[in-house]
Amino acid sequence: MVKNSTGQDGPADGYVPSQRRIERERFKRTRTRRATAVAALSTLVTGAVLFLVITRSPGWPRTRETFFSAAYARKALPEVLDGLLLNLRLLVVCGAAVLVLGLLLAVARTLRGPVFFPLRALATAYTDFFRGLPLIICLLMVVFGVPALRLQGVTTDPVMLGGAALVLTYAAYVAEVFRAGIESVHPSQRAAARSLGLSSGQTLRFVVLPQAVRRVVPPLLNDLVSLQKDTGLVSIAGAVDAVYAAQIIAGKDFNFTPYVVAGLVFVALTIPMTRGTDWITARMDRKRAQGGLV
Amino acid sequence: MSTTDDTPRPADGTAVRPAPDGGPVLRLESVRKTYGRGTVVLRDVDLAVPPHTVTALIGASGSGKSTLLRCANLLEEIDDGAIFLDGAEITDPRADVDAVRRRIGVVFQAYNLFPHMTVLDNITLAPRRVHGVPRAEAEARAHELLERLGLGGRAGEYPDRLSGGQQQRVAIVRALAGRPRLLLLDEITAALDPELVGEVLGVVRDLKEEGMTMVIATHEMGFAREVADQVCFLDGGVVVERGTPEEVFGEPRQDRTRQFLRRIIQAGRL
Repeated sequence: MVKNSTGQDGPADGYVPSQRRIERERFKRTRTRRATAVAALSTLVTGAVLFLVITRSPGWPRTRETFFSAAYARKALPEVLDGLLLNLRLLVVCGAAVLVLGLLLAVARTLRGPVFFPLRALATAYTDFFRGLPLIICLLMVVFGVPALRLQGVTTDPVMLGGAALVLTYAAYVAEVFRAGIESVHPSQRAAARSLGLSSGQTLRFVVLPQAVRRVVPPLLNDLVSLQKDTGLVSIAGAVDAVYAAQIIAGKDFNFTPYVVAGLVFVALTIPMTRGTDWITARMDRKRAQGGLV
Repeated sequence: MSTTDDTPRPADGTAVRPAPDGGPVLRLESVRKTYGRGTVVLRDVDLAVPPHTVTALIGASGSGKSTLLRCANLLEEIDDGAIFLDGAEITDPRADVDAVRRRIGVVFQAYNLFPHMTVLDNITLAPRRVHGVPRAEAEARAHELLERLGLGGRAGEYPDRLSGGQQQRVAIVRALAGRPRLLLLDEITAALDPELVGEVLGVVRDLKEEGMTMVIATHEMGFAREVADQVCFLDGGVVVERGTPEEVFGEPRQDRTRQFLRRIIQAGRL
């Protein structure tokens, strides 16, 4: 291997880049630099304009005191982070449960053959019902309805019940995402797998699902982020999560800074998750795709 | 499928346009292309395609035929060298890629028809959206081309309902609908059943009669010999031998060409 002008490893076939290539690459570099400069400048200008418009507005001093008070932020941050632990625990446990239940529902809906009719009908009825039912109503029913039954051995812990309600609703959404993925796998793949002697279960497991799941990673992530934010709704039953913790502080002196802090904390949680999945999917694509510009 | 209208008939005469200066339509100059880290796919390839001629690219799989066509249509970026269309360099980073592609028609091995559109919509998409031809005019021309290629009754069908040979002829019509200056055909019969190969090659033969300039990557040696004005044998990304079909197939000068042709003859393909 030798180094050529572009800095990549070149094959050792005595290749020397032509003047034409060197000029072409110089032009491309210049063009990239110019585009970057234009983008940076327009970003700066937009940012500066926004900044000026907001800070010059007549109500800015009071708004800043109410929403961006450093003192309140310092006070709220530990409490909000404490509450966030609950959100995270709920996200991990519910997320896992949602993925498993959603996948099972999706598979049940795609089963063929008359034997599976009851299963198929049940799964369909489930997704129809829980996708239509507003999450907040589902939560109220479960969190206050189940303890009202006074069943022996059934928990009355609002966090557990709230988590269950989240799983019920989100599994219905996620099931539909998985089903779309499963149906997007071309029938010829199924035919190829079955012709190799794989059973329908094996076909699903080794051939269809791996392709289906890969395709639905972005929409799944969408639902998981949404779930992460909705974990805050368990606070309606009295559990203290990040949003509720912020609300308690904010309610004392009508300063909204804790809300801003809680909001930023959620955003900060979501971004690494999104970038992480982007990176993984990009890596999977690179391994399989052929080259080319379009 | 109906058999009455499946006979290929002469295609569209309006595809022919005079060369502006009599120079080659397509010219490759010292083209180099590598994939990833150091796999050289094309090495110092020179090629000139004069107007109204057919150039056949032959060679084993992986010899660089398809890559050469993809580079000529700017679907791949070349590492070094230059490609000219009607004398203008198209590999210049300043060149308008879409404008270049508007003047080149491509037919792919796997047809690449859009499965969610009818045959008619497949054909009129580019004329209407890219060339700004009014719907009525685009559809009239599409019908006329379909008729000539023996696909008269198929305009409203979806591609998946057609046979491979019919799909490939639709793909050819789609490429012709933009009135290209040059047609690139990338192993267009490789995915077809033997009995369907003839109908597609017949269309290509008719296009040659009408003076269409074409570059064809093919494994059909008999066809290359019959239809080509120039044959290029590629091996390992290098043009090993080029000449008239008589020269390359009749009295090959290079050892590698002879070996390749011997293998082809053993496989019963010549």
